[in-house]
Amino acid sequence: MLEVKDLHVTIEDKAILKGLDLTVNAGEVHAIMGPNGAGKSTLSAVIAGKDGYEVTQGTILFEGQDVLEMEIEERARAGLLLGFQYPIEIPGVKNIYLLKAALNAQRAARGEGEIPAPEFMKLVREKSAEMKMDPSFLQRAVNEGFSGGEKKRNEILQMLVLQPKLAMLDEIDSGLDIDAMKVVADGVNSLRSADRAILMVTHYQRLLNHIVPDRVHVLVDGRIVKSGDKDLALELEARGYEWVLEESVA
Amino acid sequence: MASEEMEQLVRREYKQGFVTDIESDTVPPGLDESTIAFISQKKGEPEWMLEWRLEAYYQWLKMTTPSWAHLEYPPIDYQAISYFSAPKKPEDRPQSLDEVDPKLLETYEKLGIPLHERAALAGVAVDAVFDSVSVTTTFKEKLHEAGVIFCSISEAIREYPELVRQYLGTVVPQADNYFAALNSAVFTDGSFVYVPEGVKCPMELSTYFRINAANTGQFERTLIVCDKRAQVSYLEGCTAPQRDENQLHAAVVELVALEDAYIKYSTVQNWYPGDENGKGGIYNFVTKRGDCRGDRSRISWTQVETGSAITWKYPSCMLRGKESVGEFYSVAVTNGRQQADTGTKMIHIGENTRSTIVAKGIAAGRSDQAYRGLVKIGPRAKGARNYTQCDSLLIGDQCGAHTFPYQEIGNSTATVEHEATTSKIADDQLFYCRARGIDEEDAVSMIVNGFCKDVFQELPMEFAVEAEALLNVTLEGSVG
Amino acid sequence: MSAAERFLQRLTARRADDPSWVAARRQAGAARFEAMGFPTRRDEHWKYTDVRRIAEGDFALASDVAFDAASFDALRLEIDAHRLVFVDGQFSATLSDLDALPTGVSVEPLSQAMVANHEAVGGSLGRLAGVDFSPFTALNTAFADEGAIIRLSAGTVVDKPIYLLMLSRAGSQPVMSHPRVLVEAGARTEATIIEHYAGEPEAANFTNVVTEVMLDRGAIIDHYKLQEAALTDLHVASIHVDQGRDSHFNSYNMNLGGALVRTDLVTDLNAEGAEAAYNGLFFVQGRQHVDNHTLVNHNAPRTFSNENYKGVLDDRSRGVFNGKVFVKKDAQQIEAYQNNANLLLSDRAEIDTKPELVIYADDVKCSHGATTGQLDEDAVYALRSRGIDEPMARALLTLAFVGEVMDKVRLNVIAERVERAVAGRLPERFNLADLVETAEAIQEA
Repeated sequence: MLEVKDLHVTIEDKAILKGLDLTVNAGEVHAIMGPNGAGKSTLSAVIAGKDGYEVTQGTILFEGQDVLEMEIEERARAGLLLGFQYPIEIPGVKNIYLLKAALNAQRAARGEGEIPAPEFMKLVREKSAEMKMDPSFLQRAVNEGFSGGEKKRNEILQMLVLQPKLAMLDEIDSGLDIDAMKVVADGVNSLRSADRAILMVTHYQRLLNHIVPDRVHVLVDGRIVKSGDKDLALELEARGYEWVLEESVA
Repeated sequence: MASEEMEQLVRREYKQGFVTDIESDTVPPGLDESTIAFISQKKGEPEWMLEWRLEAYYQWLKMTTPSWAHLEYPPIDYQAISYFSAPKKPEDRPQSLDEVDPKLLETYEKLGIPLHERAALAGVAVDAVFDSVSVTTTFKEKLHEAGVIFCSISEAIREYPELVRQYLGTVVPQADNYFAALNSAVFTDGSFVYVPEGVKCPMELSTYFRINAANTGQFERTLIVCDKRAQVSYLEGCTAPQRDENQLHAAVVELVALEDAYIKYSTVQNWYPGDENGKGGIYNFVTKRGDCRGDRSRISWTQVETGSAITWKYPSCMLRGKESVGEFYSVAVTNGRQQADTGTKMIHIGENTRSTIVAKGIAAGRSDQAYRGLVKIGPRAKGARNYTQCDSLLIGDQCGAHTFPYQEIGNSTATVEHEATTSKIADDQLFYCRARGIDEEDAVSMIVNGFCKDVFQELPMEFAVEAEALLNVTLEGSVG
Repeated sequence: MSAAERFLQRLTARRADDPSWVAARRQAGAARFEAMGFPTRRDEHWKYTDVRRIAEGDFALASDVAFDAASFDALRLEIDAHRLVFVDGQFSATLSDLDALPTGVSVEPLSQAMVANHEAVGGSLGRLAGVDFSPFTALNTAFADEGAIIRLSAGTVVDKPIYLLMLSRAGSQPVMSHPRVLVEAGARTEATIIEHYAGEPEAANFTNVVTEVMLDRGAIIDHYKLQEAALTDLHVASIHVDQGRDSHFNSYNMNLGGALVRTDLVTDLNAEGAEAAYNGLFFVQGRQHVDNHTLVNHNAPRTFSNENYKGVLDDRSRGVFNGKVFVKKDAQQIEAYQNNANLLLSDRAEIDTKPELVIYADDVKCSHGATTGQLDEDAVYALRSRGIDEPMARALLTLAFVGEVMDKVRLNVIAERVERAVAGRLPERFNLADLVETAEAIQEA
């Protein structure tokens, strides 16, 4: 589904990713772990198309399409959705506007008509209940005045409504208490399916107790230096990142 | 006016007798063509200069005094002013510091002015009060090596007429406003600076060092031109209050920055503000404007205004060149009965031009002050940006502080931000300082200095230190 | 003949039956207007607004009140209210509905009040809006013969809004009207007053309205001015407010219509605890010109004001904002906040803004800000990363930009109307109107 090859990315001439390779197949859940500053968030931001990152080398293919040639919104409509680490507040734009506009844009890209209002209303009510969000959140401005946990739940709510093919979650666990973590994890787990992939970026292993990954990758200094199954995450938790680095150098 | 007519005019005026007076050092009060011709003659100016002055004079006659500023003062009788007087002869000046107003000396003391400089500032007729000859000589040699021209405007008109003619009045046209027109007609003093292409002026230039005239001219005219990639920092005035008998000051300053040039112009203005009732202070009506003519040029105005009874002053930038930058950093402090109406104009004409305005006003006593600014974004100024911050601090309940920012925005890609606050020194700030054992006056000056920090840090080092001392002197007696 | 004299000629014809006190007022207004003439751009208060379109116009006075029933229904607000309707400045009893007025409230057309109620009206009319305020208040004083006199006796809380609908007709001869609104709110009264300007498309009339609102101790008045007139209409308004102790005045000034619209809003906070909130919006397009001048006078200690004006300008429209906060000497411990934010959607639109502070007391908290710029690019990115294309993202954010003011609006019917108008004015394919409706439907469900 997603194929990243030899990806080199610089920010203001500073090299961040230095030849990253990653393949994610449908039905899989991948976790990318690594110390601070390794380039984890850069990877998801580049895939989503954020400005300010220069790809100097390498390719990103999503279902065979060249992602780097696509506009930001085209990527989203194709099913590539990023859950932000720090979701921005958009004063005045109601959540409900965002959801409906985004959903209709996706449908239009697939050649489908707009979602009928009653169907849409049913959908968002259902999904917000799943995320344990009061329907009044729908009428509030996007993330404005939300607590950290509410913002993260709101990100997952968007995923539930928009049903991406590849959901990327950037540090989705940061700033969450244990209850909120449970709600978010349940939301993410409900997204798991044979035709969908999930790519999580996280610093801590604890998220992976709730959302168990199929593959774990260690990103150090702009490259994936080690990959393994869920046990790798536990090992990292116990031993830190140093040994991986030493191993990879050796 | 054709030069023939001009000649006739000049000759006709000669007949009326002032030509016999040419040896005199002063003209009687009053202003007409003959006064102007006299000044021009006295300065040994070429004919085009006289013509230029007269053009300004005729425009001035048709103009009226501006009344829009937030100022109150009695009408000025322009016929009661003497427009030319040579520097006083040594025998007419105070012969020693004993003859100087003790209050003035007291202020010098507080400002930490070295003893040997005090006499010079007070206008005492002592030769070589400090080694001005050697200072100016070494100074001039260094500049000469670098190719920088720095001299009085009168000298420049004589020695570098082509340069002067090319730039004079191109930033502030003769008829720009009432006071600029008057200045253009009768200016007698001022500085000229030319920094050639690619040269970074090796030192900060200061009127303080241009010792040739101890008295500041009443109608100063300053012209600074920075050629491509050239840089200069110019300091106007000095921090000590100058003895000055002229009530009205109407100066004009023109700055021209060509491609990639950078002009930094700093002013500390501390003229006599008048007594407690506002009697006798200076009226300061100045037109200062910089023209960022070349791409990526930059002009930065920094001013600390603490003196004068009335200040009317808006150093401005015309941002013509692409990506050119205009800056205005200002501290204005008024006390007693002072009035100040000051601010800036940033006229964005070129693409991606940027401007920053930081204005801090402190009003104490029974003073009144206004920030008046214009940010104009022309239709072609794509991507232009302005940020304005203007804060006022009121000390006591008898003063006033006002903000009049005009914004005229005609381009959708421009970003213009203006923020302003007015407040007093918070009681808890004062309490905090006093609870640490600092007396109230010191606490106030500490807090006020902190309030002004953003501007002071733009001043050249030695100026900044003096500006802080000056602020304290100005605010003396404003608390309690 | 000067433009002023030409205007005043219309005055002589039909005023024979004025009571003497009204005749005297007219005379004073006419004399002052003639002396001042129409303002020019040399006048600082009119620096950015040229009124030649008015001065050079030829406007008759309307004499009938016929109005198409279908367009009346389309134009009026769907609201349960005490309603007075004026057609080209003339009172229409048939379109009005004043049946259910509760006790303690008196609402009457000015024409009736002037004849029947001299003592009550004569003393108050013009107390706040004198003939010296501007040439237009003088002109209004000379001509005013219709409008609304609203009086609330102490303690009255009016259940429903008092709704003044001013309709402008299209016709071969443009007309002028000079409505006058007077609101006297007694102590501890509460009411909502709506001035709604609407009309037939192509109407090219000149409306020159003066409103005076007096709030006694503890009164709370919400005042709406909804300007939805045709894009060819000319409109000058001044609203003068006088506030007593602990009173609250909330202004909602919504500008969507009109070719040339100038509104002056002046509030005097005269006693401790008085509080004024100004919420303003202008959304202009084509060659519309909208000028808002506001002034808050803090005349007493511990008074508060809060102002927020938002402008969105498209095409070749022009917006002017001049907000002034004045703090009188010894008016200590006041708080005044003022903000004006503008969004230019087109390179040919222009905004001239000037937020002023004039302060003579030291123990104050005053701040103002003015910003003009573009939409937050991070927000655009966030929306695009959800699959929303860029024009749509910008449309949504534009709607959000005005939303900050709309959120303050307490009458839903007006908030929705303005929001739909704004959504509808953005390019059609954005289809924001549909989004707005869905959101409303979900909220109501």
